[in-house]
Amino acid sequence: MFELRQLTHHYDGSEVLRVDAWAAAQGEQWLLLGPSGSGKSTLLHILAGILRPAAGSAGIAGQDLSALSAMALDRFRGRNIGIVLQRLHLLPSLTVAENVQLAQYLAGLPQDVARVQEVLAGLDLADKADARPHALSHGQAQRAAIARAVVNRPRLLLADEPTSNLDDNRCAQALDLLLTQAAACGATLVIATHDQRVKSRVAKHHQLGVA
Amino acid sequence: MNLVRLSASYLRARALNTTLQVLLFALGIGTITLLLLATTQLDQRMRRDAQGIDLVIGAKGSPLQIILSAIYHLDVPTGNIAYKQAKEITAHRAVKKTIPLALGDSYRGFRIAGTTHDYVSHYGATMATGRLWQKPLEAVIGAEVAARTGHAVGAKFAGAHGLGDGGDAHEDADYTVVGVLTPSGTVLDRLVLTSVESVWAVHAQHQGIHDIENAAAQMKDEEKEYTALLVQYASPLAAAILPRYVNNNSEMQAASPAYETARLFSIIGVGADVLRGFALVLVFSAALSVFIALYNALEERRYDLAIMRTLGASPSRLMALLLGEGMLLAGIGGLCGIALGHLFTELTGMAMRAAQQGTITGWIWLPEEFFVLALAVGVGALAALLPAWRAYRTDIAGTLARG
Repeated sequence: MFELRQLTHHYDGSEVLRVDAWAAAQGEQWLLLGPSGSGKSTLLHILAGILRPAAGSAGIAGQDLSALSAMALDRFRGRNIGIVLQRLHLLPSLTVAENVQLAQYLAGLPQDVARVQEVLAGLDLADKADARPHALSHGQAQRAAIARAVVNRPRLLLADEPTSNLDDNRCAQALDLLLTQAAACGATLVIATHDQRVKSRVAKHHQLGVA
Repeated sequence: MNLVRLSASYLRARALNTTLQVLLFALGIGTITLLLLATTQLDQRMRRDAQGIDLVIGAKGSPLQIILSAIYHLDVPTGNIAYKQAKEITAHRAVKKTIPLALGDSYRGFRIAGTTHDYVSHYGATMATGRLWQKPLEAVIGAEVAARTGHAVGAKFAGAHGLGDGGDAHEDADYTVVGVLTPSGTVLDRLVLTSVESVWAVHAQHQGIHDIENAAAQMKDEEKEYTALLVQYASPLAAAILPRYVNNNSEMQAASPAYETARLFSIIGVGADVLRGFALVLVFSAALSVFIALYNALEERRYDLAIMRTLGASPSRLMALLLGEGMLLAGIGGLCGIALGHLFTELTGMAMRAAQQGTITGWIWLPEEFFVLALAVGVGALAALLPAWRAYRTDIAGTLARG
């Protein structure tokens, strides 16, 4: 589904990331492991197409990202990639449902209210559709962020440290949601984490070392 | 979801700021609209009232006062002119047509003008009911006079001495309304028209002549006076001859409506310019406050913008979002301002109508108002330009990495 080869990136002349080869098939679920500073977020940004690597190639769903223009890359990202960031950041001026609908709009896809309701219901958020983000608990906000990431049925779902700062119970719940939601839309899932509790739940690991 | 709703949601999120900025825009645009409506209407009316009148001849005095009193019926006349001298002017070869005016009395603040039927046909006015005056003390009233006094054909009223309200009434010489004019949008709307002979007869009573019907015939020509004479030239060449002829060879004074109204507008124009400058300062401060608000909000919105990029928004979409915000705000302010401007104009018009000089209304729409709205929206876009450019340049990976 994606294939990375000879990928490197550096900030201010010092190398922060090196991936010799990493490939995943459609629908697989992966953990991206590594200590802080090993370039997990950087790699996630490259996979998401919001950062162009300094060298090497990144192909997603048969598409070489470096071959896309900036505008085409934005479009590709909106339609094919869902991202759940560590700081969830729902837009505070919009309701939960509007936040999810925004993903459809910005991706240039038809705005399907029924699909928005379906995704929210699947994440047990149907009664929070018209609530503002500041009225949500952390767990609800995380589910809303997941809803926003999966509403367009992405082929690749990325999550950045989704379980940090969660107790064991919630950690397991959050992980369950990501795994089931990714499976529900057939997306390849990559979870970047340094959380040891997660390791046993996902079989495929990609380990980054300190560069 | 679309850009407008997204922009609107941000405007709602900082409602207090938004209200203040809309208010500033509305006040500025409202003042501009008021100026536009008032000057356009005044200009239109003044042109229409002076149309076809090349020269006004009155007693020696301020030429502007002659124009204001004889054409617009706003100021008091400079005095009277002798009937015989007026006849000489009428007979002059440079003159095509003259219309005499005999002023001096009023009814409930509306002026009674002794004149000829030419005065009515000059403005192309038609009768709504009744007919024109034939005998002394028959009067035709303008549409506004009819509306304000409630008089119709057959009504009787006494004129009051003087042009203001509350002069002594000429009790024993009642006018009879024989006709009402249709609204013509000219000065005729607020005049009471009668024959020159009526005006002479009413005033001849002071000299002991009480036979109203035949008073004019009993008067000597030396006793007869007009207040002013409206003159139409026979040829353009007359403009070079007649004013000098009048000013040099008589106790009369010639005043050119075109010249005097232009002078009047240049005097009023200074006031209008000051007001317009003030309005532009308001619009400018509105723009500045929009700029500051958007620019300051940018820091706290960095992450919002980065998130929108991760959802597939192109940089130009973000730029459009911020430009849209400025334009939406300015557009709402502009619309409120235009509504406010119409309201101000109508209030001004009502105050002027109460003084029997009213001829402007807030309930007309000018095509120029679209330009005013476009001006507001353009200024809003300009104010949002720099913040929008910074949004365009948002570095997503950097912003997300910093958290």
